Amino acid sequence: MKYADEFRDPRAARALLDKIANVTDAIGATAENPKRIMEICGGHTHAIFRYGLDKLVPEGLDFIHGPGCPVCVLPMARVDECVELAEDPRVIFTTFGDAMRVPGSRKSLLQAKADGADIRMVYSPLDALEIARRNPEREVVFFGLGFETTTPSTALSIQAAAAEGLKNFSVFCNHITVPPPIKALLDDPYMRLDGFVGPGHVSMVIGIHPYDFIARDYGKPIVVAGFEPLDLLQSVLMVLEQIRDGRAEVENQYARVVPEHGNPVSLAAMADVYEPRPSFEWRGLGEIDASGLRIRPAYAAYDAEVKFGVGYGAENRNVPEPEGCACGAVMTGRIKPVACPQFGRGCTPEMPLGALMVSSEGACAAYYQYGGARAEAV
Amino acid sequence: MCLGIPGQIVAVTDAARMMAMAEVSGVRRAVNVACIAQGPLENLVGQWALIHVGFAMAVIDEDEAAKTLEALRGLGEAQETLEAMAAGDAALEGQI
Ligand code: SF4
Repeated sequence: MKYADEFRDPRAARALLDKIANVTDAIGATAENPKRIMEICGGHTHAIFRYGLDKLVPEGLDFIHGPGCPVCVLPMARVDECVELAEDPRVIFTTFGDAMRVPGSRKSLLQAKADGADIRMVYSPLDALEIARRNPEREVVFFGLGFETTTPSTALSIQAAAAEGLKNFSVFCNHITVPPPIKALLDDPYMRLDGFVGPGHVSMVIGIHPYDFIARDYGKPIVVAGFEPLDLLQSVLMVLEQIRDGRAEVENQYARVVPEHGNPVSLAAMADVYEPRPSFEWRGLGEIDASGLRIRPAYAAYDAEVKFGVGYGAENRNVPEPEGCACGAVMTGRIKPVACPQFGRGCTPEMPLGALMVSSEGACAAYYQYGGARAEAV
Repeated sequence: MCLGIPGQIVAVTDAARMMAMAEVSGVRRAVNVACIAQGPLENLVGQWALIHVGFAMAVIDEDEAAKTLEALRGLGEAQETLEAMAAGDAALEGQI
């Protein structure tokens, strides 16, 4: 298939690709010495592979896939705790479907369900609230997972449960935030990054200023992007132009959806319900300071950690990664997925060994799905 | 789960709980509109919004809604979201 058919506006795509090629030339980026641009969001990773953008841009440009897929960075210990909660006969465990196949050290939630645990896949925490209303004799636990795009939804649901006085609803909070892992990657002496494509829907909630430190303290450009292929190309061009001009700024390519200061109602709900944890574990990245959220004591009645004594509320259990898997190295952009010895052998989307293979937003799954069927170059 | 899907608000269903009915690719789904509410909720009827896990997070125009939906279809995410909505409905009945 010719790549041009894939774009909504092939002429615009070609024009952007020409400009990207020119700027890449102008800044002297080559295959041997490429500019490394990290797309933070897993949705962007998926779009880059789906449209073969990594093959369409010049060789002097290397996409480094960031940690922005919440399923992929979920440590095994958290999955184990979900299974433990779900196996409690009092509990109806509710979760987004995305989390079902993430491997735990004993089993995934999917396997736990097959073994008889009452696990229900829901679209929204609102579904979990409704299940709690309809099943007053059971404890309904919702698995709060995701970045700032989903965090407001659980915060508002906890507020709603408190307003109604629901007694049998709680959240197992594993929400994480985008800026701290970016800082951790920038502080990593082995990591070389020249710029960032910032997440669109996360920024719709938090605005663009939480990224100021990237430009101010680290001198790197970042452009918040939509996830249409043309948005991505435009944003990559904006990053390259900043490099060419010696600028480091936070720019907003997706201003039609992303307000500079984010969404005030979401931010207020998050601040009311959650506070940062001192540190939180990321699969492949380890513990990162202030990168996770926990439920404030005022809402302890809705905190599954407090109610059931699991998670960071209990002892901090570290579970080693499976033998031979290179998730950490892929996650930090040190190697490409195909360099992992398990890729396509012990680890496939059907039987994932590591979490990067589970979700279509994970770099390994995206490579696996689209690696063999790239669009041809122009 | 991370990407929102465009839907059109078609009715306010429970103003006290900030709930409205949205139509997403022909499927009706109750959504919370607290994050986009400014003034009377009735004003939202007819508007397009980006909906994340049952919460309307940003008002968008019709053209943006169409473009976003096309991009989501290209990624297979639109189908996934609609399946998740159906799964959510079934979960309420304790069926899955
Ligand atoms: S192929 Fe599987 S085991 Fe290897 S890095 Fe990717 S997810 Fe991890």
